[in-house]
Order: sequence, then structure tokens, then C-alpha cells
Amino acid sequence: MAKTITQEFTKGLWAEIPPFRLVLGLCPVLGVTTTMENGIGMGLATTFVLLCSNILVSALRNIIPPKVRIACFIIIIATFVIVVELVMQAYAYPLFLELGLFIPLIVVNCIVLGRAEAFASKNGLLPSIADGLGIGIGFTLSLAALGGVREVLGTGTFYGASVFGPSFQPFTFMIQAPGAFVCLGLMLCIMNLFE
Amino acid sequence: MERLFNMRELIKMVVVLTVLAAFSGGLLAGLRNGTAAQIEKQQLEFVKGPAIKKILEGASNDPIADRFKILDGDIERSFFVGIFDGKANTVAFESSGKGYGGDLGLMVAVNLVTEKIVGIEVTTHSETPGLGAMSKDDPAFAAQFKGFSINEPVKVTNDGGQVNAISGATITSRAVCKAATDAGNVYQKLKPQLSEKIKEFNK
Repeated sequence: MAKTITQEFTKGLWAEIPPFRLVLGLCPVLGVTTTMENGIGMGLATTFVLLCSNILVSALRNIIPPKVRIACFIIIIATFVIVVELVMQAYAYPLFLELGLFIPLIVVNCIVLGRAEAFASKNGLLPSIADGLGIGIGFTLSLAALGGVREVLGTGTFYGASVFGPSFQPFTFMIQAPGAFVCLGLMLCIMNLFE
Repeated sequence: MERLFNMRELIKMVVVLTVLAAFSGGLLAGLRNGTAAQIEKQQLEFVKGPAIKKILEGASNDPIADRFKILDGDIERSFFVGIFDGKANTVAFESSGKGYGGDLGLMVAVNLVTEKIVGIEVTTHSETPGLGAMSKDDPAFAAQFKGFSINEPVKVTNDGGQVNAISGATITSRAVCKAATDAGNVYQKLKPQLSEKIKEFNK
């Protein structure tokens, strides 16, 4: 069962890539991926929280009493989420305005709590770091891909730059929540084709 | 009878949770203090700044640079001065009302001579896009407030006032009116200090 550190890292990039493989944390995925920039911002914020909470949960795993572990995890996760929120407000205010409500919602993102519970609380520091980074980067890549596809189809731009020129009629369905579901489903379908 | 928790375990749980929570609280309090000034600067630049520039359009100075603070009870309020025709006769300041999705910030500019509202602009809000958010996005809504006396309460037509509410967003429209009315209360309360400070700009 012993996996190498590299394996722990790379599993988050394909085999267990969220939200496609671990179909968790869909709420922010559907909400923020209207543009690629938002997707990347959200992904990086989640990666930071995931990495820090994994490190701390793993380091404290022998101290945290099992009966109150969820409460402890939530305190740790909530702390890092507020750190992200304050730092983003102070240094990336336009991004904060776009993501707004979804930043505090990282607290209840199942991926973060899921990794703390399923992985970091049972494994050592190094594998936990690898796991947090892998899952986080995987999540960022997914959000960027989803945001990119939705942005190109929904508003006709790619990372803010116009793709099709002014004559393009935006396919606004794609930037609404149902469009996100359809897009997510199709991408998962394509991923399964490659398996 | 078997006890649910033994004493040792109980103490450990309480201690771990307390230490964790205290540590987290301390860290966040520190970070909040550390970033407060920078956050205020960013809000000025991205949210309040454009709003102030819009409602004080045509001022010969930079209202964001020419600002001062007055202590109102426990809270410090920022006032932004607009100079028109060589005279500092207009101030803009922020008040708030309770919207549909939380607090709604409103920047109100008042002419100190006529005591009339020069312009309003919604700054921070969490209203529904397309409905309540129209209070910020639709200039026609904000334009209605121009010329109202700052000393009288502002109300929507349903409540016997003169403001046409945004259709489908009565709560938001009321919140904007409430914020404008509150701005009037603040203005009346701080009028002596305000005219004192303004004199410095007219020297």
C-alpha cells in the first residue's frame, strides 16, 4: 500500500483529479468558472488552504482527539480561509470582488475537509504535503480548463482577450450554472474516453 | 454503568480545542490589524474611489486626496471634499442600509450651502444580479435622489416618498433610501465639526 511521494502528488493530477474524479466541491466549481481568470484565482486560493490545512492536520494528527477531530479540522481550515480572504482583499481586490462570496465558502468545500479527514489525519507530513499540492494543482487545472471553455463559448474571450472578433454572438447559456453542469459532464465524458 | 467520556479524554479535548481556537484567533487578529490599512486603500481605489469621482464629477480637486475624518461616537467617518467654482462646498461620505443580501454601502454627496443631495452611488453590496444590483448598475435609479433635501427622510413611492423603486427589488430600493436618510442624520449630527473642517479648505 505504501505509495511514493511522487505517486501521492501525481494522483491529484489525473487519477483522482477534482472535481472530475472526486466529484466533490461542485458549488464553487459551478459558481466561479465563468472566466479562466476566476477559475485560476479560486483554484490557487483553494490550493493554499488545502496545502496549509493538510500540513497542520498531519502535524497535529497525534494530538487531536479523535472525538473532536472534525471541529479541530474546521478551525484549522477556517483560519486559513480567512487568511486567504484578508490577503486577497489587501493585494488582489478586483479578484476578491469577482470571487466574493465563494472565498468564505472554501471552508465548507468538501475537498479540503475530505483530504484532511481521509488523508492528512492518517499520513505523515511529506505525503500530506504532496497530496495537498497534487489535489490543489489538479483542482486549479480543472477550474482553469472549465473556466477557459466556458469563457471562450460564453463570452468569446480567452483570458480576457477576444478570440472570435466583434461579430461573435456569445453563447450565454455557457456562463450560467446549467451550462457549467453540461460543460463539466462533457469534459468528464471526454476524460473517460481516454481511459 | 459505562461513562461516555473518561475524565482524561475530556480534559484533553477541551484543552486541544481551546488552544487551537485561541491560536487561530490570535493569528487572525494580528493579520487583520496588519492588512486593515492596505484593505482600506484598495477599497478606496476600486470601490469608493470610482463612486466618489462619479458623484463629485467636475470638482477641480482630487476628492480622494482631500479627505478628512471625523469621530462620530465610536466610529470614524471619512469625508471627501469636492471643490466647485473655487469653493469647497460639497462633501461625500458613506452610509449604509440593510439590503436583501446584507449591508449595502452608499456614497452620498451633499452640497453644504443648499443642503441638497448632489448625487448618490452604491458602493459595496451583495444584492441579486439583475434585480437589487441594478441599484448600482442603473444610473437612472441613483439620478432620482439628486436634489432631495438632506434634512428630510427619503422614501420609496410605496411608503409615501418620491423614489420609484426598482421593480422586483423593493427591499434594495428601501435600503438605499434608508442609507440616504441615515446620511442625513449623520450630516445633522456632525454639521458643526464639518463646517469647521471645511473652513480649512476655503482659506
